Amino acid sequence: MIAEGLVTDEQPPRLIGGRDRESGRIVFPCPPSPGFEPVPLGRHGRLWSWTVQRYRPKSPPYAGPAAFEPWAVGYVELPGEVIVESRLAHVAFDAIAIGMELELTLIALDPAATEPVLIPAFQPLAASQPEGAGA
Amino acid sequence: MSDVCIVGIGIHRFGRTDGLSGIEQGAFAVRRALADAGVAWGDIQFAYGSSDAAGNPDTMVEQLGFTGVQFINVRNGCAAGGSALFSAQMAIKSGEFDLGLAVGFDKHPRGAFNALPAEYNLPEWYGEAGYMITTQFFANKITRYMHLHGISPLSLGRVAEKAYRNAVHAPHAWRRQPVPLADIMAAPLVSDPYTKYMFCSPAEGGVALILASEKKARALGAPLVRLKAATMRTRPPGSFEVFAPSVDSGGGVASATRLAAAAAFAQAGIGPEDIAVAQLQDTEAGAEIMHMAENGFCRDGEQEQWLAEGRTAISGRLPVNTDGGCLACGEPIGASGLRQVYENVVQLRGGGGGRQVPGSPTTAYSHVYGAPGVSAVTILER
Repeated sequence: MIAEGLVTDEQPPRLIGGRDRESGRIVFPCPPSPGFEPVPLGRHGRLWSWTVQRYRPKSPPYAGPAAFEPWAVGYVELPGEVIVESRLAHVAFDAIAIGMELELTLIALDPAATEPVLIPAFQPLAASQPEGAGA
Repeated sequence: MSDVCIVGIGIHRFGRTDGLSGIEQGAFAVRRALADAGVAWGDIQFAYGSSDAAGNPDTMVEQLGFTGVQFINVRNGCAAGGSALFSAQMAIKSGEFDLGLAVGFDKHPRGAFNALPAEYNLPEWYGEAGYMITTQFFANKITRYMHLHGISPLSLGRVAEKAYRNAVHAPHAWRRQPVPLADIMAAPLVSDPYTKYMFCSPAEGGVALILASEKKARALGAPLVRLKAATMRTRPPGSFEVFAPSVDSGGGVASATRLAAAAAFAQAGIGPEDIAVAQLQDTEAGAEIMHMAENGFCRDGEQEQWLAEGRTAISGRLPVNTDGGCLACGEPIGASGLRQVYENVVQLRGGGGGRQVPGSPTTAYSHVYGAPGVSAVTILER
């Protein structure tokens, strides 16, 4: 994983959000503050907004591969919890639509890497793969 | 309480000026503003200077003269210029001073802004994953807005087309060639739905405004352009901002802009319908569209018709971004908000030439917005 504390260890994994101990408000990721309690978030949601990153972000901070292919990124509303920003995976750009049903998966930041760094992503429900971790 | 008046304006052209530092461009603007007001640097009692990436503004005394003037630096993200202006007018309103300066300048490297997570209290992985990208956020924000309010991609194109068309007549603008709507729509996508013509670029430039008490302004014999309101606000709960790993459910409606706008109208004692010309933050075409509603000039969704009818053109009911805005001028962060006020003073004086709003406008509105959810508004009256 690209960082500790983003997803649970279970299979399939869930995102870990932070619940404000006073207000109950949920945020993602869980801030490193005693005021927030880590909570696993629902695996399913609906697409709230999206775009396509068409140029390679500057490095640093971007740690993706030097050879750039555009990727989709959006916000996914997890019902009753929070709207999280995430990569969108296993979907053609012209098939992306606000409101579509999505589920959490993990994908490689660099699909060509031998030991890829994984990042959270959401994919269409129908795109589920047995491994749940394909690129 | 006496009104604060803007008695002098100066600008160094925006865009790219190789061989001239950001501070030099700021000092250039100050000299222009002093000449415009008919005062000397030694007359200036205080200054507020804003720059995000081009050095400490107060060091420009090396170029302008060691008069011992009080000079305070302001760094406040995209609201830096607005914050400098707010602070300057407070110094006069308080009665402490009666002649001062607000100056802003910047000089950014080419290409997109390169923000780092630590500067925004974000974890490192957020940048490593490729999310520290302002264009990406703006695209996500407008996609949601277009979905909710029925705004078409063509409306984004119309905003950009208007910007380049207006800038033809603005000597201080950077991109002064008109771009046909069809070319704007057919250009490569940067982040869907935005093509390359629909985003502004980081740039360079400098703007200076000389402020005076009403009594001092009358003594100078200047035409009285009154600063009726200057406000700056940070974000409320549930807003949707640059570099947001998450948004509250039901969020994305409240904004710093709505707060700053409401406070400014209350301060000025007038409403959106009374404004004759407006400069609205347009770092991307959709920002102008969203800000038309957030500032109270129309309801969400009405922009589609407004743009189709040309209501925000120079000849329209509410001309918006008469000098081409950020889209055509580029965005030197420290100077950008002051450029809007500069342009409004030009319009209120009737000096806009080919871009002059007809009918002798007497009210003008300016609005900046930026990371991480800051907004500054001014209202001028002649």
